[in-house]
Amino acid sequence: MVETNLAVKKLKEKFPASVSEVKTFREEMTITVSKKDLFEICKFLYSDPDLQYHFLTDLCGVDFFPEAPRFEVVYHLYSLKNNQRLRLKTKVGDAESVLSVESIWKAANWYEREAFDLFGIPFENHPDLRRIMMWDGYEGYPLRKDFPVEGPDFDKPFVPEV
Amino acid sequence: MTINMGPQHPATHGVLRVVLQLDGEVVVKATPHLGHLHRGMEKLAESKTYHQAIPLTDRLDYTNAMGNNLAYVLAVEKLLGIEVPKRAQYLRVMMAELQRIAAHLIWLGTHVLDLGATTPIFYTFREREDILRIFEEVAGGRLTPTYLRIGGVSKDLPEGIEDKVKEFIQAFPDHVKEYETLLTKNVIWIKRTKEVGIISKEDAINWGVTGPTLRGSGVKYDVRKAFPYSSYEEFDFEIPIGSVGDVYDRYVVRLREMEWSNAIAEQALERLPKGPIIADDPRITLPPKDDVTQDIAALIRQFKIVSEGFYPPKGEVYASVEASKGELGFYIVSDGSNHPFRFRIRTPSFANLSALHKMIEGSLIADVVSTIGSIDIVLGEIDR
Repeated sequence: MVETNLAVKKLKEKFPASVSEVKTFREEMTITVSKKDLFEICKFLYSDPDLQYHFLTDLCGVDFFPEAPRFEVVYHLYSLKNNQRLRLKTKVGDAESVLSVESIWKAANWYEREAFDLFGIPFENHPDLRRIMMWDGYEGYPLRKDFPVEGPDFDKPFVPEV
Repeated sequence: MTINMGPQHPATHGVLRVVLQLDGEVVVKATPHLGHLHRGMEKLAESKTYHQAIPLTDRLDYTNAMGNNLAYVLAVEKLLGIEVPKRAQYLRVMMAELQRIAAHLIWLGTHVLDLGATTPIFYTFREREDILRIFEEVAGGRLTPTYLRIGGVSKDLPEGIEDKVKEFIQAFPDHVKEYETLLTKNVIWIKRTKEVGIISKEDAINWGVTGPTLRGSGVKYDVRKAFPYSSYEEFDFEIPIGSVGDVYDRYVVRLREMEWSNAIAEQALERLPKGPIIADDPRITLPPKDDVTQDIAALIRQFKIVSEGFYPPKGEVYASVEASKGELGFYIVSDGSNHPFRFRIRTPSFANLSALHKMIEGSLIADVVSTIGSIDIVLGEIDR
């Protein structure tokens, strides 16, 4: 399946140094790419006439604490033309930023805000990088593995200033 | 002028706050603020076993509990690589489609109520009540039935329920006609919805919009057809689409969808296969309840699964269903332990709402109410 997948073949031709791992699990294709070419790869997957991944189904972070690099940003793409899904992943270290793909898929706008809010992964060139679920002024990133489930402040109710 | 619409505003369908910048009565900029209903579900599920996370999913989009259950159990089943018996698959389809009708009925009633028509909500809630009664008999719960289990469903149909479902299915097409006589050619309804809240095909795709909102713009994308799950490939149905992408088109698409859902539920009931309702895998699925009270081995199995759960292989899966609002997907990362390492929920309303400003900027403030109603958001699944 890996050999027959058009996206994998094209990516390996165009960005031979960046594609670090291609995996198939339960018939789902996952490509791990390096962070520095991520934006170009996304742009290519979007605009290539044979691929046309016009749909960004999902974008989320995963925390592998205490591993390093700590985070993964996962992109779920969907091509209406080929009726095919593709999972794209990139590894991100603590306090490192990722280039925003908002200029390619507008859908990324809120997804990136969410990843920023809950994991603390900053996205460069994002037009409006604010917290989305937690309130402004909240400290900490709830979906990180070192954040307690009940929250660090569960017995100290905090009322934000209005 | 800047005004706050919400968080406590009946037309925002929950606790959504939209900050509107106005020039007279025209909306210049609309900024939604979320998080009022944020319960940290993704975090919570990481500390639960796979079975324990099922009730959480009911509370995502609380109008579409069966569909949410389905998306989650499909993801876990994919991760485990287990087969679900045919009867369970058909029961799932039947329940999911009845739930879709119920969800669309809430949408229709409240959306129309927002725009000033008080009558239809009494009609739609009458039919919704029938569906909830069916759910109550089948699963024991009305709003949050938690009927599905990993590997199948929790119990078989009770005696005599087939007739009640059949009765509902036979009567429902006439009810849709009733709603249509109230609305489809109603001049006020048309004036409030035609050419309002338009989003083009390209914009809708780029903003990640799915479900009836996307199909109203004329894109034929439905997960049931694109990636058939739970035997959907064995049912005959069509995907209704609109052309303009306005509020009216979304209304028509949803009405047609209810009729098709009714047809699918009918096919599922007619062709309902006989056989087991849950896969028999002692490491994963719960034993039949009667055995638990009589057989020590079954009791041990029940105890092990409830208290400890099971250990799926390492890996990651994404499974999605066509929920009533759009594509609902679960992305589960497993590290081989008995609880999910990452539990990501891709909810349709979240993406659909992010495109809201595209639909309302430049239109009148009254159209904001109309547009929010038409994309059918549920804050439970936006904030999670």
